[in-house]
Amino acid sequence: MAINWFKYSAPTTFYPLAGKLIPWFAVSAAILFAAGLYIGFVVAPADATQGEFYRIIFIHVPASIISMFLYLVMAGYAALGLIFNTRLSSMMASAVAPTGALFAFISLWTGALWGKPMWGAWWVWDARMTSELILLFLYLGFIALHASIEDPRRADRAAALLAIVGSVNVPIIYFSVKWWNTLHQGSTIKYSGTSMHIAMQQAMFIMMAACWLYAIAITLMRVRSIILERERNSKWVAQLIEVKS
Amino acid sequence: MKPRQKRAVYIVVAVIAVGLAVGLVLNALKDNVSLYFTPTDVHEKKAPQDRSFRIGGLVQEGSIKREGDGLTVHFMITDLHQSLPVIYKGILPDLFKEGKGVVAQGKMEADGLMHASEVLAKHDENYMPPEAADALKKAQTANAAAASAVPPVVK
Repeated sequence: MAINWFKYSAPTTFYPLAGKLIPWFAVSAAILFAAGLYIGFVVAPADATQGEFYRIIFIHVPASIISMFLYLVMAGYAALGLIFNTRLSSMMASAVAPTGALFAFISLWTGALWGKPMWGAWWVWDARMTSELILLFLYLGFIALHASIEDPRRADRAAALLAIVGSVNVPIIYFSVKWWNTLHQGSTIKYSGTSMHIAMQQAMFIMMAACWLYAIAITLMRVRSIILERERNSKWVAQLIEVKS
Repeated sequence: MKPRQKRAVYIVVAVIAVGLAVGLVLNALKDNVSLYFTPTDVHEKKAPQDRSFRIGGLVQEGSIKREGDGLTVHFMITDLHQSLPVIYKGILPDLFKEGKGVVAQGKMEADGLMHASEVLAKHDENYMPPEAADALKKAQTANAAAASAVPPVVK
């Protein structure tokens, strides 16, 4: 039997599926957060040059990577919505944006907290930090543009264009430490291997997975709300148990 | 072509066009995007002469000299080709050490020194426990000793 991949691209079928998936993602995110923070803050050794200060890396790096990746996810959904005119894709793009903005903000904030004791400055206008700040502004711009247009379908199209064009910034963030000289250090995770002690690596990758699962869970929760809001006049929404009661 | 294929092509073309435009702009502004100049840049007079700029490199081994007041520090920033003397009065970051990365902002004065108003430490992307760092250092010095023990090759 061929699987119908498009079955769940309709809000009608995706809404209950998302509802069933959320607890799984949420619970596994919570477990991995606990494990990652424990390994990161208790098991992993102190760093030779930075002592205990480096431990903020376990929040900073996962948040930064997820903030960039979520932008590509958002732009991808926005592009799908624009090309195929599917309702759910645009709703997914809107659902991803606040979480992406949150991670970009966490990345900048933890970066500042790390920069002050180690570099001696909260903020420097180097290429890595400036482009990550632009990423935060792109997320906020997407949310603001979407909110400023009354008709949701028109808002989807306008915001999608912003999201797609803005995706040019993501490779700039990633390669900024290679292309220009910056105060920010180079990438620790490279194709040639990770220049990090094994327990530190484990903590970082577990935290990354946890952030990822959290992002999925929260996006599904948000997209359910968006579906209910946008389809409130449809028959199937009126027949939902949670709406009826 | 179906309308949706047309839209897909428009989007791909738009992203490529914007990417190219941004790439060209960033390439043209290369010197402005980079955070600091190197001592070699200063030597070749690429750095600004009469205004403040940032210089980055390593703190040269054995170059740190503190004055009696405990605050004023003299050191050399090197990129292993050229080096530049810096004078700074203030509190240095904890990671400021000989042989480690540094970025200083200041102005070249007539005395040939850079008078820095801000000194930042730059650390690398390697994280390891102190024991591993010690072992690495020992291995490096052992290697260096072995290399210098080998008699020079006569050409």
